[in-house]
Amino acid sequence: MMRALKSFGSFWYDFVIGDDWQVAALVVVALGLTALLAHVAGVNAWWLLPIAAFAALAWSLRRATGGKS
Amino acid sequence: MNALPLVLTVFVACAVEAIEALTIVLAAGLTRQWRSTFQGMAAALLVLAAIVGVLGPTVTLLPLTALRLVIGALLAIFGLQWLRKAILRAAGYKALHDEASAYLREVAAAKAAPEVAKRGISDWYAFTLSFKGVLLEGLEVVFIVITFGANQRDLGAAVVGAAIAVVVVAAGGIAVRAPLARVPENALKFAVGIMLTSFGTFWGAEGAGVKWPGNDAALLVLVPVVAVMSLGYAAWLRRAHRADTAAGPQAPVSQAEGVSGL
Repeated sequence: MMRALKSFGSFWYDFVIGDDWQVAALVVVALGLTALLAHVAGVNAWWLLPIAAFAALAWSLRRATGGKS
Repeated sequence: MNALPLVLTVFVACAVEAIEALTIVLAAGLTRQWRSTFQGMAAALLVLAAIVGVLGPTVTLLPLTALRLVIGALLAIFGLQWLRKAILRAAGYKALHDEASAYLREVAAAKAAPEVAKRGISDWYAFTLSFKGVLLEGLEVVFIVITFGANQRDLGAAVVGAAIAVVVVAAGGIAVRAPLARVPENALKFAVGIMLTSFGTFWGAEGAGVKWPGNDAALLVLVPVVAVMSLGYAAWLRRAHRADTAAGPQAPVSQAEGVSGL
């Protein structure tokens, strides 16, 4: 039972998060910041998520290639 | 927003996954037994249709803002994952997906397995190989169909895009009776990664409370910007990879890569 649950969880983790969980974490943090800026500070931060996505991708690629980029 | 970008994105994503599923189905059918292979494929398609039938309308009932926040985040993460792999492949850091060699591997395994009848299926190996292949490749399509369809409040258009792709790929497979090895899979994956990342970013930010300049028209800028940035990363890494290869042996991308098998 535990093994089945573990492999089910591992499948969905690999499926959605993939090889680099830090990309997912950065996207979630950027979305949280965007919501905070929009709802608390009243800043229409439409630019934040695209910048975070490009930065997360560049950082992930850099680590995957051993800092060659 | 009209349904064309939705249909096209789902069509391309579904075509890529259908090509990979076709390779497995052909390996099972040509080396084992078509009847059990078709039964496995049909069973997997039924499970996938049930998932879309149950989850699709349920997800559509959620409030649009919450839906866009959650689905936008998932799509952006999923899209960045596709893009990351496509860029690493384009730059030469990761081997290109080769349908011909994947087919040969599946054929060798299928030939070695014994023929066992089980639960009314005459060749259990062919059934499970076909079932697992279609189900696993199809789950990514289901994810895209539901997320895009629910966000656009147009599940029907997303299903149509997926269905056309399956028919086109199946017709191609029947015509050549071999894996579709000449299709530029990495280029298609690159394109899907760009669309998923762009739409995910757009919907995610909207769900977080942002108003995009120009509303939906912002996508007409966002998609090309994501494309240019990704192609730029690929060109940059390709140059670095060539320089490294010329300088000496190249350290491979970490062992953990490729687990999710995009």
